[in-house]
Amino acid sequence: MPDFSILTENWDMYIKGFFITIYTSLIGLIGSFILGTILAIFRIAPFKPFNWIGTIYIEFFRNIPLLIIAFFLFTALPTINMQLDGFQAGTLALIIYTSAFIAEAIRAGILSIPKGQTEAARSSGLTYTQTMRYIILPQAIKIVIPPLGNQFINLVKNSSILTILAAGDLMYQADLISTRTFVTFDVYIFVAIFYLVITIPLSTGVNYLEKRLARSN
Amino acid sequence: MDFAGAYSPDHLKFLLDGFFVTLKVAIISIIASFVIAAFVGIIRYTKIPILSQIFAVIVEIVRNLPLLLIIFFTFFALPEIGIEMSIEMAAIVALTIFESSMISEIIRSGLNSIEKGQIEAGRSSGLTYTQTLWHIVLPQALRRMVPPIVSQFISLLKDTSLAVVIALPELMHNAQVINAQNVNFIIPIFILAAFMYWAVNYTLSIIARKLELKTS
Repeated sequence: MPDFSILTENWDMYIKGFFITIYTSLIGLIGSFILGTILAIFRIAPFKPFNWIGTIYIEFFRNIPLLIIAFFLFTALPTINMQLDGFQAGTLALIIYTSAFIAEAIRAGILSIPKGQTEAARSSGLTYTQTMRYIILPQAIKIVIPPLGNQFINLVKNSSILTILAAGDLMYQADLISTRTFVTFDVYIFVAIFYLVITIPLSTGVNYLEKRLARSN
Repeated sequence: MDFAGAYSPDHLKFLLDGFFVTLKVAIISIIASFVIAAFVGIIRYTKIPILSQIFAVIVEIVRNLPLLLIIFFTFFALPEIGIEMSIEMAAIVALTIFESSMISEIIRSGLNSIEKGQIEAGRSSGLTYTQTLWHIVLPQALRRMVPPIVSQFISLLKDTSLAVVIALPELMHNAQVINAQNVNFIIPIFILAAFMYWAVNYTLSIIARKLELKTS
């Protein structure tokens, strides 16, 4: 049985880390959703140089470790006089990395809507923006939500790299608590529970949406 | 920035040594993960009572934890209950725990993707359940599992860099060691290290895509 006094005595630190983890994940999600959407549009835009930029970005950042991006921002940028603190560098790295995956999810979502629908909407007098807003996006979003949810779960898990940059997230607090109390096993068990409190409901939700989506098709 | 100094022969050799450790740890982990995952996946697919529920809970927990936490836990917390291992072993164990839960889901959904009618057909033509699984379901499912497993291997290669926290002498760690000597090395070394990861992963991702096209 884990020693619950570890949890009660260090409650403030756990909660602080918990909120920093949620905070960075939310900023990460919003940031990478915006950047990911732009990249997805770049990839399907009818203008070749945009396609290349989108493809290069996605193929590069999907295939290198998140940690190398984080270290680069944290330790290499100061050598060219751009100083980021651990939280900024970590969150920015999460955005740069995750947006490559989100871009692919969004692109797949938009491409999965048959072209005939755009043509039909356009010929019944809707403008391009109206077609996107009322016809394409409502259908695409339904397809994109489950993969987005999965990316959010990954974001929450990946946000633990903030620990390596000493940015005060859940894992980092656990590290502090264990060096202070000389207990590691129980400290990490509790920190695992805090992560599961965030990720298990999310993955249950994603599973539910995936099943519903599969049925509606 | 000092590219010439950063890319000295000694440094290049040191980075390559690190990269071989990365590859070695990743390859051992993927093989171990596949074996464990096949076991877990088949038990969950055949719905063996109790065992399959226990595995379902474990997989769901492990999948939803950060890998970094599992690495920390394996190396720093397990010795507290008397399980001690070397850095490399801890990295392999942590990666295997994490990846086998991921791959077991791939195997389970691969098996589930084979239509039930095939099992019925196999059974009614006189094969036993095990024979049907072995000769009919597995060979087809395996082909569908290969692309996602290759993608998972890409993640694994990237995730090996997290073992930097327990000072495993892999690529990321060795890059950091060189960077600590001279600030002018940092950018060139990161560029080269990123390129090494990228070259292998990009090649693998192309292979995965080719295989996907072939199977679909």
